[in-house]
Amino acid sequence: MSKNILYYVNQFFGQIGGEDKADIEPLYKEEKIGPAMAFDQTIGDEGEVIGTLICGDNYFNEHLEETLKFIKETLDRVKPDIIVAGPAFNAGRYGMACANLAKFVEENYDIPVVTSMFEENPGLEIAKKAAYVIPAGHSAASMRKTIKPMSELVKKILNGEEIKPKTDGYFAQGKRLTVLVEKRGSLRAIDMLMKRLNDEEFETELPMPVFDKVEPAEPIKDISKATIALVTSGGIVPEGNPDRIQSASAQKWGKYDISSIDELKGEYCTIHGGYDPVYANEFPDRVAPLDKLKELEKENKIGKVYDYFYTTTGTGTSVGNAMKFGKEIGKELKEAGVDGVILTST
Amino acid sequence: MATITTISQSVGANRIVPTVAIPYPVGNPGLEAEKEDRLRTDLVDRVMKALTTKVEEPTLF
Repeated sequence: MSKNILYYVNQFFGQIGGEDKADIEPLYKEEKIGPAMAFDQTIGDEGEVIGTLICGDNYFNEHLEETLKFIKETLDRVKPDIIVAGPAFNAGRYGMACANLAKFVEENYDIPVVTSMFEENPGLEIAKKAAYVIPAGHSAASMRKTIKPMSELVKKILNGEEIKPKTDGYFAQGKRLTVLVEKRGSLRAIDMLMKRLNDEEFETELPMPVFDKVEPAEPIKDISKATIALVTSGGIVPEGNPDRIQSASAQKWGKYDISSIDELKGEYCTIHGGYDPVYANEFPDRVAPLDKLKELEKENKIGKVYDYFYTTTGTGTSVGNAMKFGKEIGKELKEAGVDGVILTST
Repeated sequence: MATITTISQSVGANRIVPTVAIPYPVGNPGLEAEKEDRLRTDLVDRVMKALTTKVEEPTLF
């Protein structure tokens, strides 16, 4: 039996218009429009595109709640078996729209979503957790090349076949699934180690995430006039931990006035749950060297130690939270006119 | 200032001063007080050098 496919595109691929139409409200047409038409031809008898959902890229991102409400009404009415969105290529707002659609569907329905975008599309981070995302080229020139693997994947999902990121070519979703294997973990680890020692190829079971590159800041021209701030992820807090910063998996950071003290010793301690606290509690400046910075200030080797010290706990803290803390603290330091920051890590 | 500098590099920290150990990055309780103090001064001096040096990519000081 042919399954029902709902297709999502933006205003451009929905043939409504370009950037000037990016603020159109969502609409649903019982037609196969743009990529939906091409997809319908590729999928053959196994599924049919029953309609195309179209929304302006700006509208979707600026009126998320209203857009999702419309999507909900449409889904409840047309009851698709699967949703296909994009490809969004490297169009950021379109990618975010596909990602938000996928996230909403994943959270509220039991309907799979297949989409596609370029690996650097900002929507990918959210989309790949909620949808099956096939890599797309940078621009619409790769439309045909992208539609085919999308439809292959959709066929397999509709047939209830097992799918895997590697064999089916979608971005890994970061989900851990329970599988039965013959060898236990320790044996597999030793096998891997032996292969590595023998310079043979081996494949990790836990690939490390890829991190961003950061544009280096310019060097400080005159450090003797610079304001330097001290920040740590070593869990150094005032005795008693007044803000109750977590010992692990931190949900927040703290800032404390250190303008009138010459060292952290005596007033601060560590609440970090990831290392032996004895040495830091004895002398917290071993984790955040306030005493040495104050010495440099007195010797006029630096202009000033910034009045506030920023702190959180690094252990177990999610990359998401760590990035958030970094942005918040960075913003404050920038606004305060701080020239340089020392970040210490345990 | 970090001990596991490979992590610093992987997150894109551009000026990295390698430190002593995880529980005491800027210190060493195993040393006599005077020697520990000298070590700590040296580490912070390296930070000053890092902050005033132009870098193109994650660099150890």
